[in-house]
Amino acid sequence: MTMIKVDHLAVSYGHGDSLIRVVNDVSFEVAKGETFGLVGESGCGKSTVLGALAGRNRQWTGSIRIDDEAIGQKRSISQLAKQQMVFQDPFGSIHPRHTIGRTLLEPLEIHGKDNRQERVEKALKDVGLPLNFRYRFPHQLSGGQRQRVAIARALILEPRILLLDEPTSALDVSIQAEILNLLKDLRDREKLTYILVSHDLAVVAHLCDRVAIMQNGGFVEVATKAQLLADTVAHPYTRVLMDGSRGYVASRRSVGVKAS
Amino acid sequence: MLKPPENILTVQNMSVEFPTLSGVVTAVRNVSFSVGREKVGIIGESGSGKSTVGRAIMRLQPPQAVVKADRLQFEDINLLTAPEEQMLSVRGRRISMILQDPKYSLNPVMTVGEQIAETVILHERVSRKEARQRTLAMLERVNIRDPQRVFDLYPHEVSGGMGQRIMISMMLIASPSLIIADEPTSALDVTVRQQVLSILDDLVTERNLGLIFISHDLNLVRSFCDRVIIMYAGRVVETIAAADLDDAQHPYTRGLLNALPSLDHPRDRLEVLRRDPAWLEN
Repeated sequence: MTMIKVDHLAVSYGHGDSLIRVVNDVSFEVAKGETFGLVGESGCGKSTVLGALAGRNRQWTGSIRIDDEAIGQKRSISQLAKQQMVFQDPFGSIHPRHTIGRTLLEPLEIHGKDNRQERVEKALKDVGLPLNFRYRFPHQLSGGQRQRVAIARALILEPRILLLDEPTSALDVSIQAEILNLLKDLRDREKLTYILVSHDLAVVAHLCDRVAIMQNGGFVEVATKAQLLADTVAHPYTRVLMDGSRGYVASRRSVGVKAS
Repeated sequence: MLKPPENILTVQNMSVEFPTLSGVVTAVRNVSFSVGREKVGIIGESGSGKSTVGRAIMRLQPPQAVVKADRLQFEDINLLTAPEEQMLSVRGRRISMILQDPKYSLNPVMTVGEQIAETVILHERVSRKEARQRTLAMLERVNIRDPQRVFDLYPHEVSGGMGQRIMISMMLIASPSLIIADEPTSALDVTVRQQVLSILDDLVTERNLGLIFISHDLNLVRSFCDRVIIMYAGRVVETIAAADLDDAQHPYTRGLLNALPSLDHPRDRLEVLRRDPAWLEN
C-alpha cells in the first residue's frame, strides 16, 4: 500500500524577483512501513522536500497524496497529525525552559487529545526513558536523551509517518547507534513509515529500503539498499557520496563535481 | 643539511585540571604520546578531552586551567616553562591550529587576504608588498583559482570549503613544523571535505610536517592518518597504526567500531556501547 505519493513536486522560497525555486519536479512513492532516504549535500533541497511534506512550507506545486488523501496547501488538523518531524539538533529543537512533560503535552493540547497523562507516559516508555524524566528540564538531559524526547514528541500524536531530518548527525557515534536502533524498533513495532534525510550514506543504508540521491533540487538517482551495499549504483555522484562516508580517499582529486 | 630530530612533539603524563566550585574536574589525565613527521589522529567522543589536549599544547587553555606534565617538549622548546613572549613566536609560526568552522574562526571585519598576510608580517617582519605576494602564492597553492579576487573578499563572501582552504593557507604561510587540526572538516560537505583534505595531505607531505588531526569520525581518521590515538574520558586508551584499527584490542575502540553503520559490513542492529567503569582506572 502506498503511504506517500509525490508527483512533480516543486518548492520555492520568496516572492517576485527574489523567488528561488529550491526543489524542481520531484516524484516518488513510499510504501507503508517503508523507509525512504533523501541524501545530498547542503543546499540540495532535501530538507525542503521534507518541509513541504510536513506542511511547514506551503509554497509548492505538484501533487502530494498521504495515506490515500490528496493534500492541499492548507491541511486539516488530522492531516497535520499524520506526519511528524524530528529535527537535527536536540539542543535547539526543545524549549529550554519547559519541562519535558510540558513539551510533550503541547501537541496534545493543540490537537485536543484526551487522556493526556497516559499518553505522555506511554510516549516516554516507547522511547525508553524513565517516567520521572517528565519533571526534568532539557539541560538536565544528555544529547541522546534529548533526541529521545524529540522522538517521543513526534510519536505522541500517533502519526503514521515520521519525517526525520538528520536525526543523528549532532550525536556521538555510540549514541547514534542507540537512536538508530530505537528508530528501527519503533518502525517495526508501530508499523511506521519513515522519510530520513541525511548526508551520510552509511546511516541511510542502515535504515532505508530505498534512497534518493539529490543534487541541485532534483533526484539524480533512486537506489535500493541492495544496490548501495553491492556497490552497483549507476550515477557517479552517488559513488562520490559513498566514498565520502568511507572516509578519505587519497590521491583522488575532486571527481568532476561542482562544489555547491 | 642537518637532519631534524625524529620527534617534533613529546608529551609525557600530561593532565589538565579545571578547578570549579564543586571540586577539581580533570579533563585530561596522564596522557602521553609523541608526534614525528607524520599524521596522528586523536579520536574521541564529545567530552573525551581531545580538543583540550590540542589547546594545552598551544598553551591556549583558559587561564584557570592547570596543566601538569612530566615533559611537554616541542622541538627545542619546553612548553611547560616557556615564557609567554616566547609562546607568541611559537604560535602561528611554529605550531599552528586549524579550527572547525571558518565562519567563526576568521575575523569577519577584515578581508581574508589581509588576515593571511598579517601572519607573515607579524612573524617575519616583511613588507606589505611582499606579504601580499606570498599570500597570493599561498592562496594559489590551496587551489583557489582567482587569488587576486579572493584576497579582497570578506569571510562572509566565501563558501565553507573555500573558507577552510583560506584557514589552511593562513596556517601554513609561516611554514610551521606542527599543525593541530581540530575537526577541520566537520562543517563541510562530503565532496568539499575530500578536496580540503587532499590539499592538507599534499602540503603535509610536501613540507614534511607533523599533523595532529583531532576528530570524532573514525572512518575519516582511519583513512587519513598514519597513527591513531583513541581517547576516552580524558585518558588515552589505545594507540594504534591506522591500518591496524580493525585489530584494536581495547573494548572501547572495538565498541566504537561496531557502533558505526557501514556500507561494507552491514548489520541488522548496531552494537550499543557499554561503558565499563574499569576503563576509568589507569
